[in-house]
Amino acid sequence: MILQKLKGTWIPLVAIGFGLLAGAIIMLLFGYNPIQGYIALWNGAFENPYFTGETIRLMTPYILSGLAVAFAFRSGLLNIGVEGQVFVGWLAAVWVGTAFSLPAFIHLPLAILAAAVAGGLWGFVPGYLKAKYQVHEVIITIMMNYIALYSTNAIIRNVLTDQGERTDYIAESASLKSAWLTELMEFSNIHFGIILAIFSALFYWYFIEKTKYGFELKAVGFNRDASKYAGMSVKRSIIMSMVISGGFAGLAGAMEGLGTFGYMSLQNSFTNIGFDGIAIALLGGNTAIGVILASGLFGVLKNGALNMPTSAGVPHELVDIITALIIFFVAASYMIILFREQIISMYHKLKHKLSNISSKEGK
Amino acid sequence: MDYVIEMLDIRKEFPGIVANNNINLQVKKGEIHALLGENGAGKSTLMNVLFGIYQPERGQIRVQGQDVNITSPNIANDLGIGMVHQHFMLVDTFTVTENIVLGSEPKKGLKVDIAEAEKEVQRISDQYGLKVDPKALVRDISVGMQQRVEILKMLYRKADILILDEPTAVLTPQEIDELISIMKSLVEEGKSIILITHKLNEIMAVADRCTVIRRGEGIGTVNVNETSTNELASMMVGREVSFKTEKQPAAPKDVVLDIKNLVAKDNRDVDMVRGLDLQVKQGEIVGIAGVDGNGQSELVEAITGLRPSEDGEILLNNQSITNMKPRKIYEHGVAHIPQDRHKYGLVLDYSIGENMVLQTYYQPPFTTYGRLNFNEIYNYAERIIEEYDVRTPNSLTMARSLSGGNQQKAIIGREVDRSPDLLIAAQPTRGLDVGAIEFIHKKLIEERDKGRAVLLVSFELDEVMNLSDRIAVIYEGKIVANVEPDETDDQELGLLMAGSQRQKVGEPQ
Repeated sequence: MILQKLKGTWIPLVAIGFGLLAGAIIMLLFGYNPIQGYIALWNGAFENPYFTGETIRLMTPYILSGLAVAFAFRSGLLNIGVEGQVFVGWLAAVWVGTAFSLPAFIHLPLAILAAAVAGGLWGFVPGYLKAKYQVHEVIITIMMNYIALYSTNAIIRNVLTDQGERTDYIAESASLKSAWLTELMEFSNIHFGIILAIFSALFYWYFIEKTKYGFELKAVGFNRDASKYAGMSVKRSIIMSMVISGGFAGLAGAMEGLGTFGYMSLQNSFTNIGFDGIAIALLGGNTAIGVILASGLFGVLKNGALNMPTSAGVPHELVDIITALIIFFVAASYMIILFREQIISMYHKLKHKLSNISSKEGK
Repeated sequence: MDYVIEMLDIRKEFPGIVANNNINLQVKKGEIHALLGENGAGKSTLMNVLFGIYQPERGQIRVQGQDVNITSPNIANDLGIGMVHQHFMLVDTFTVTENIVLGSEPKKGLKVDIAEAEKEVQRISDQYGLKVDPKALVRDISVGMQQRVEILKMLYRKADILILDEPTAVLTPQEIDELISIMKSLVEEGKSIILITHKLNEIMAVADRCTVIRRGEGIGTVNVNETSTNELASMMVGREVSFKTEKQPAAPKDVVLDIKNLVAKDNRDVDMVRGLDLQVKQGEIVGIAGVDGNGQSELVEAITGLRPSEDGEILLNNQSITNMKPRKIYEHGVAHIPQDRHKYGLVLDYSIGENMVLQTYYQPPFTTYGRLNFNEIYNYAERIIEEYDVRTPNSLTMARSLSGGNQQKAIIGREVDRSPDLLIAAQPTRGLDVGAIEFIHKKLIEERDKGRAVLLVSFELDEVMNLSDRIAVIYEGKIVANVEPDETDDQELGLLMAGSQRQKVGEPQ
């Protein structure tokens, strides 16, 4: 049974291997030393507590945005709107963080909750439209990304500030940072959000694999007709799936608002946390543990890349190429499977020929 | 003896099972050779070996007397072997011709020469009497016609040996007759046909010789004109099979299902059930006889809450269940064996265990405080698997990987085990072999004898005649006649199903 469960995991691993290999080839072609390049990448991610802290800080929102995409995907929905849900979650968290003065044990949870609720509401709209009127969720969520981007900017400029560039800092009582942790990690931007992210992944796993709601969501994802036949409410499942997915995305926004930055500034464009979430969910096979591992990989690559120009003279954009190639290879898993089958059939033919030869020699 | 195909001593293993062992198949030129076996006996595996999809562990394949090594379907095509799969591989939005030439288009410069292709398709169609319109869109033509397009595709590619995989499973009786005459004209023109099937009367009607496989083992080859359906059936199943299901006379009691003046629309918003009245009592099997498309599906869906009732009333044990949600209707004591087991009956990507609680997963003991108890679920599933003889390695196996018959047995186990007051069985034996059919018929009669009301919907007249205690003939959305099976015959039912009025029993017709 464990083997059955592990069966799907070799594709992402092979894809990562291929991606790194291709990256090395590209480095060679352009006259860089790939070994030095990768050592610089590794050091940039883990060399000292500061770098490690930054890596963890980077992977935190990725875990949540990855979970958001994966959750919707499990019920057969493509939530392209994680990006927008991150924005509204970020804004809601910062608003609660700046507008109230409360004791920390109320303030922080309230701010986090506000982010999840805001993201959930942002997910509810496409979910409702899909369930009620069969409007395709991809189109609505893409549109809602833009609505989120420009309305959060407008709210920051006109409501939370007077034509300001960014909001105030959140109150200490709503912050995920702690002096102790910051000092431990040599003043990196690390915050306690990683714990929340891991707990969210646990929740994801429990909800999807162990509860009756998860059973329904997955059934709807696999076969809507059979789910309806079995007496499940397909519409309710679709809405619930989008709301919870949006909630995860909102939490990813809270990581930025309550952790990394402590405020929200006007955004020119998307943060890519949500879009990277799609890649992470794909790489992680839509499982909780897979999403954590894929987020870790993304954190290492993105953070380590910053060290590559100074330590090895390799431009950091190379890492974007490697990430893109990894995703390409996962998406092209069909190709990898075919490749494997070809190797296996070659092996069988060889064996066949060898046994023919030996049997002829026997005669 | 010149054989076009010889498969000698074939053995094919999959991890854990031997799918084919010691199988010999020799097909003569110009014959229709049936390949008979139960679901999961290894027929498809053997054909996939011939077609180059699988490589055998042992054995020899000869085509036209030459030793060949078929390692891919392309090689099989080059050798003149063509296969018509059970599930068609056609592009809905393309025309017949476009589908046929797909992959080997005649070219005129850089353009596809569709006019030339159409002429060729028309010529082949005329030659074999296929009556296919080369310009029609595939989505507009009937299933039977689509199948002929598949056959044409093989002929266009100059196939001499045609493998037809359960070709009649999707066809109406009239279409089956047409297919049989097409097959005969194909062999007259020198083609050879391998017919994969488990329907004995088709073999008797059309095949020259028949090779039987049972549980992966080759049993033997017989001449069809020297054998009987009984002999073939016992070769296939490995024991005597009774075709007439034994049953005691029914003892109907209270009315369980009472439908009054029901109206229901189909997806195109057309009335399909038009003021239908029907009663089913405890302890009886009522069979709905009718030609496909006379409102049977809509009737079943309206009863089970999958489709809204526009008018009328559905009473279960004197309580209205009209337009209730499916779950509420199940909770009132209805079970439903759906017509399409892949679309409705199963979540194919769930384990067979999870599928066994598809309707009841939310109830204790399967769920307590919102948490699924997988121990309970799998224990329960193992019991159903055991009781209903579902052949699967265990209850963790994906539903997808079971054979059709075993999938259906699992569904029937799930539905019957809920001890419903009303059991609706829509096409319960579609596409199954005689062994499985016999088993399912027995189960339905057992349920009747336990006092359940059974509503059977089937397009197989034999099945309706065999099982029902009362036959309700449906025509254009209404029950046009209620007849007793021993007071009628195929002839009369056929006329009623076609909409003619019934004459009084006993009156000369």
